[in-house]
Amino acid sequence: MQALTNRSKMVSNKQMTFMERIYLPAIFKGMSITLKHFFKKKATISYPEQTREFSKIYRGRHVLKRDEEGRERCTACGLCAVSCPAEAITMIAAERKPGEEHLYREEKYAEVYEINMLRCIFCGDCEEACPKEAIFLTDRIVKSDYERLPFVYGKSLLVEPLDPNLRIDISGRQTKNVLNFKQNKRFAHNR
Amino acid sequence: MTFLFYLLSAIMVISALMVVSTRSPINSVLALIVCFIAMAGHYILLNAQFLAVVHLIVYTGAIMVLFLFVIMLLNLNKVTIPTKTSVTRISAVITGGLFFLVMVAATRLTFEIHPRYPFTNQIGLVSEVGKTLFKEFLLPFEVSSVLFISAMIGAIMFGKKDESKKL
Amino acid sequence: MDWTLYIYKTIFLVIIFLITLVVAMYSTYGERKVAAFMQDRRGPNRAGIFGLLQPLADGVKMFMKEEIIPLTANKKLFILGPSIAMTTAMLTGVVIPWGGTLTIGGREFSMQIADLNIGILYVFAMVSIGVYGIMIGGWASNNKYALLGSIRAASQMISYEIAMGMSIIALILTSGSLSLNDIVQQQHGMNWNIFYQPLGFLIFIVCAFAETNRAPFDLPECETELIGGYHTEYSSMKLGFYLFAEYINMFISSAVIATLYFGGYNMPFIDQLGLSPNVVTLLGSAFFFMKILFLIFLFMWIRWTLPRFRYDQLMNLGWKKLMPLAMFNIVATGAYYYFTVLI
Repeated sequence: MQALTNRSKMVSNKQMTFMERIYLPAIFKGMSITLKHFFKKKATISYPEQTREFSKIYRGRHVLKRDEEGRERCTACGLCAVSCPAEAITMIAAERKPGEEHLYREEKYAEVYEINMLRCIFCGDCEEACPKEAIFLTDRIVKSDYERLPFVYGKSLLVEPLDPNLRIDISGRQTKNVLNFKQNKRFAHNR
Repeated sequence: MTFLFYLLSAIMVISALMVVSTRSPINSVLALIVCFIAMAGHYILLNAQFLAVVHLIVYTGAIMVLFLFVIMLLNLNKVTIPTKTSVTRISAVITGGLFFLVMVAATRLTFEIHPRYPFTNQIGLVSEVGKTLFKEFLLPFEVSSVLFISAMIGAIMFGKKDESKKL
Repeated sequence: MDWTLYIYKTIFLVIIFLITLVVAMYSTYGERKVAAFMQDRRGPNRAGIFGLLQPLADGVKMFMKEEIIPLTANKKLFILGPSIAMTTAMLTGVVIPWGGTLTIGGREFSMQIADLNIGILYVFAMVSIGVYGIMIGGWASNNKYALLGSIRAASQMISYEIAMGMSIIALILTSGSLSLNDIVQQQHGMNWNIFYQPLGFLIFIVCAFAETNRAPFDLPECETELIGGYHTEYSSMKLGFYLFAEYINMFISSAVIATLYFGGYNMPFIDQLGLSPNVVTLLGSAFFFMKILFLIFLFMWIRWTLPRFRYDQLMNLGWKKLMPLAMFNIVATGAYYYFTVLI
């Protein structure tokens, strides 16, 4: 049989030579390898003190953005829920009452907005589907828990804080390429 | 010292009785091990340290392990005492009584025996044992080693696969 | 016998006992650290600085765990097993010379609990009795895996004891004494036995690995085949005893190897320094412990380097390779002494 690559190695059942049969050279070789690793730099990252560097466009825990005046951007159109392949998003829409203009940007808003983090596959389709630039995935991590219920994140966990200093920075995900890509809905997965 | 002697003797006698009286083979083997360890203690009391340790290594450490081994492998722990007919019982009593008679006769004589070699408290030390074995008893020692070799060869022959019958 | 000697021996015994336990305790920590470092990991580092309190945490965990005795187990023997394993492991340290003699107030105190004139054989006897701990425990568990593990352990230990004893015979030929203290004193300076008995040392250390059930000969507790081997059914501190006994055995066999082949408490070039005898003794003990620690490291190093043997390979190595080699070693040593020393 002709080899397709030159990486393959022919295996033979030949008798071992005396030096191979006493195994000691091989044992010392193995021990030198392990000793070398003993002094190598360790691959472990001690997590709580040290965190692994995240990619700028890491898709982690979601955020519902507010606009510059602190109003919620989400208008409860439901496109994110439709686009979600895991059906993790659910919402109940409500009408904005007079006097609530400083809270919600549009006349309609999401009274309840829930993402089930156990269902979510962090694909980012919701972010892509959103016409109002309201939902984004961030480089934060969904905390682990002992029960299932706390994984259903409501608005309290999703909407970013009002305080301008505590806003969640998502500029990393809004690079020029991403914005261009978002403009052109032809590329969307859920066409 | 006397207290130790009586203690060890008591342990030995009790464990030896347990060897024959317990129903489970495992327990008898364990009792025998205890008995042997107590016997090693007796050797030490006689200043025969070498004999004591060799006794521990050979009997307790090797032979009894093999005993235990066989019993574990064959799973002999089930209590299997076959019912005996009255004939066997009567004959057992007669033979036991005869044996006892012989033992009494023999022990009665031992008090009159004068040892050929006077007891020295150095006899059990390794150098003394070595000198005795390799000077006075060299021939019996070597002959017994030949006996052992033949036994080993026999065991190997038994254990060897029969090449001719191999398919 | 006077009372000072009794008191001294008792105190020394307790100290050796404690040192053995502490070293065994920190061997578990060392094992995990060495394993981690060799696999490019960090190992335990959460409890205390560098994770130094980890053994304590493990001990507390072991004590707090629920103790389970299987319903079908033989209860008495089930408890007896780990006790024997632990006792025999601890008993061996008695004959090892931990140092020279200290002179305090004109009296000499030997840093050895009992200088038996058959020291090596005593070590052997204890090792051979140690098999019972494993065998009884494995059998009493009433579990197939445990029984298999204990039978493996027993047959392995019996097989390797023979080669081990034979490698020692060659050493005894050169030293002419069975007392460990004599053997150490003969290796004064750099006259370590390893230079005179390299083959014997090799055989002895391989057998020591097999006797302590350490990798690559850890078939009795081979996780992949036997779950945990003889301690499959054990939990809580009884399991702890078994694991602990293994580390004590490792410590003691390291001490025995250091005594027999690496000159024990002898330190090279100590005579040239011109120190007082007490300082020499203490330095020697420290050096002895350094040797022991290095050997423990060697045990771990090999464990995390070599894969486990197959059972037939193990038996082949023991009976067909090591035993003839050891016999050859005896004959060669004997011939050397016959032709050089006696003539």
